[in-house]
Amino acid sequence: MNEMPSIEQANEMTESKISANKVQVFYGDNQAIKDVDIEIQPRSVTSFIGPSGCGKSTFLRTINRMNDTIDICRVEGSIKIDNEDIYDPKVDPVQLRAKVGMVFQKPNPFPKSIYDNIAYGPRIHGLARNKAELDDIVSSSLQKAGLWEEVKNRLDEPGTGMSGGQQQRLCIARAIAVSPEVILMDEPCSALDPIATAKVEELIDELRENYTIVIVTHSMQQAARVSQRTAFFHLGILVEEGLTEDIFTNPKDKRTQDYITGRFG
Amino acid sequence: MPLFWLILIVLAIAAVGYVLGRSRAMSSAGGELSALHSLPSYYGANVAMKVIVPAFLLLIVWLLAQPFYVNNVISGMIPETSIAEGSSRGLVLAEVRRAARGLDNAVATGAMTEEFARNARADFADISTRLRDAGQIVTSEITQPILRAAQRYRVLNATGNLIMSIAVILVALFAAFWAIRETNAEFRARNVVEQGIKAILIAAASIAILTTIGIVLSLVFNTWEFFRLYPASDFFFGLTWSPSFSGRGSSSQLGILPLLWGTFYISIVALLVAVPIGLFAAVYLSEYAGPKVRAVAKPLLEVLAGIPTIVYGLFALLTVGPLLLSVFGNEGLGIMQAGTAVMTAGLVMGIMLIPFVSSLSDDIINAVPQAMRDGSYGLGATKSETVRQVILPAALPGIVGAILLAASRAIGETMIVVLGAGAAARLSLNPFEAMTTVTAKIVSQLTGDADFASPVALVAFALGMTLFVITLGLNIVALYIVRKYREQYD
Ligand SMILES: Nc1ncnc2c1ncn2[C@@H]1O[C@H](COP(=O)(O)OP(=O)(O)OP(=O)(O)O)[C@@H](O)[C@H]1O
Ligand SMILES: [Mg+2]
Repeated sequence: MNEMPSIEQANEMTESKISANKVQVFYGDNQAIKDVDIEIQPRSVTSFIGPSGCGKSTFLRTINRMNDTIDICRVEGSIKIDNEDIYDPKVDPVQLRAKVGMVFQKPNPFPKSIYDNIAYGPRIHGLARNKAELDDIVSSSLQKAGLWEEVKNRLDEPGTGMSGGQQQRLCIARAIAVSPEVILMDEPCSALDPIATAKVEELIDELRENYTIVIVTHSMQQAARVSQRTAFFHLGILVEEGLTEDIFTNPKDKRTQDYITGRFG
Repeated sequence: MPLFWLILIVLAIAAVGYVLGRSRAMSSAGGELSALHSLPSYYGANVAMKVIVPAFLLLIVWLLAQPFYVNNVISGMIPETSIAEGSSRGLVLAEVRRAARGLDNAVATGAMTEEFARNARADFADISTRLRDAGQIVTSEITQPILRAAQRYRVLNATGNLIMSIAVILVALFAAFWAIRETNAEFRARNVVEQGIKAILIAAASIAILTTIGIVLSLVFNTWEFFRLYPASDFFFGLTWSPSFSGRGSSSQLGILPLLWGTFYISIVALLVAVPIGLFAAVYLSEYAGPKVRAVAKPLLEVLAGIPTIVYGLFALLTVGPLLLSVFGNEGLGIMQAGTAVMTAGLVMGIMLIPFVSSLSDDIINAVPQAMRDGSYGLGATKSETVRQVILPAALPGIVGAILLAASRAIGETMIVVLGAGAAARLSLNPFEAMTTVTAKIVSQLTGDADFASPVALVAFALGMTLFVITLGLNIVALYIVRKYREQYD
């Protein structure tokens, strides 16, 4: 759809898709995120890395307001998607989440058939006017998620009966089905074996054409393989953010260097 | 010797045995704790255990066996001729026991000397008056064979008790002696005590199981007895319930169907009230309520479960019944004759079941993994969409199990029905009519002067058995479903 062929060259020029400004997140009295500023480029993959407990998931969840479901969680600062503040009172978080989809660490298909898993989102949002349109959405989502060939003959079997890797791709397909613009992924491969991981990484690389993707990962190799930009978090602070190859070959901050060379974390 | 003293004596022997066993172990090790196999207290406990267990076992067996023996002897003393027409040996024996108890009390109040009570042979009028003076109810003048039997009964029991006391104390002493003797530094007292504790726990568990078996067996035998007097097909398929207490109940019609119908009708009304309300309350508490509301509302709801059902019965009788009557009665719609009706009992029983349904469903809803909710919210679903389309379907098997458990409680409920539903056994569709249930009829068959040989009383066991089978079936299905559901997320 877009005329832009290469993101790498264009990254400094394009208008950013998501821009966060002085974001603070508190769990009760605990501050989990401090003063995070970041610009996330459209139609590219950005990875968040950092030691456990540094706030990667917390920050990721602010982008689709999933933190609203946690009672004690409070967010300050501004996060804009397409220049619109998503914490503005007139924004409906439920609508927002249709635009900013999410894939979780552990595959969590609903205890429904494969078909109904995919059709769930489109049904709630009224994206299909009839059964034929719904069928189209389901098949195209499964195709985009690279799962169609494996499941086209068993769409009415329960989604929980698939392998872990298939389940995770099903969850990605489920997120795609509501045509989001942004897809957030929180350690999507941590429960998968290397082959399933490779498939999901390949999928992420393909999805980058149409979606803005933010992925949290503990695997440096994975960040290097799939992402164009990388952000390193430490103790709730965004330490460094830049082109993935720069972060991994030429980090500016000592802490980043220590982390990627495996000296802590 | 009163039982209480006997028990105290055994306990005292055990206590002394404990101290002796302990000190003997200490001294056999020369005061070196490390030379002992077990801690000193284990040696004491070993002795105490070996005193208490055999002594109390003997005591229990004796207490169970003695009445059998005495009854047998007494029964042999009563000549066939002294059993009146229309009476039975059992009734005469009961009279003997009453007379014996009367003599006991007369002695205790000073109306007779012990000597007199034992040896009086003649002058029954005098004995009868003395018994009456002592506040004993004597139906008619006491007769020769009964008096003789009663006197023998007292003697037998007194000697029996004496021998028992001596035997128990001897066993306790002997056991203490033996256990202290085997105590030495090498003796593995700790292992023996461990075995003993295990045995006690097993005994406790088997008592529970054995009693259940006993209850079921007594139900089965009495039901069997009933079916010998009354045809089973008439019982299970009869459409009329009209027990007649005259003429030993031979003209009774004891069809269970009207009672089962009442039971199910009331239970269905109750479930129609309890299931939606309980389920919605559970959904609110687990998905919507904040921690503060939850902390207050959940215990409050569960307090409802602690109210005795008789209180609900009163509520039905005094509040709900009149309220319904004022709306549907003759001043209102005119379809309700009296305050007691299926509707009254059903509504109140429904209220009783709300906390039951809601707390079970709450547990089940909470067992649905958070990941399921996240997945749904992450797709832009609202709370109620998530509840309806993800959480409830995922929790459905468990909720069905909870409903079945609630149904089996409704079927077994008695007090609310006795007070709220009326007593008429009726096959009708109008929920504003009085009907009655199996449980309520069991109560009414057995209260009053029930003669346990007639079908009108024995039918209670057949009713109980039917109820037992139905609720057992429901519970098994429900527990199976709930367990299967649990496995799904473990
Ligand atoms: N629901 C919550 N309630 C309270 N504190 C929370 C909650 N979730 C996270 N935290 C706290 O916020 C901080 C950041 O947690 P977060 O889950 O964002 O870390 P993370 O970087 O994703 O770690 P990991 O790599 O282990 O997933 C931690 O100190 C954590 O204890
Ligand atoms: Mg995390």
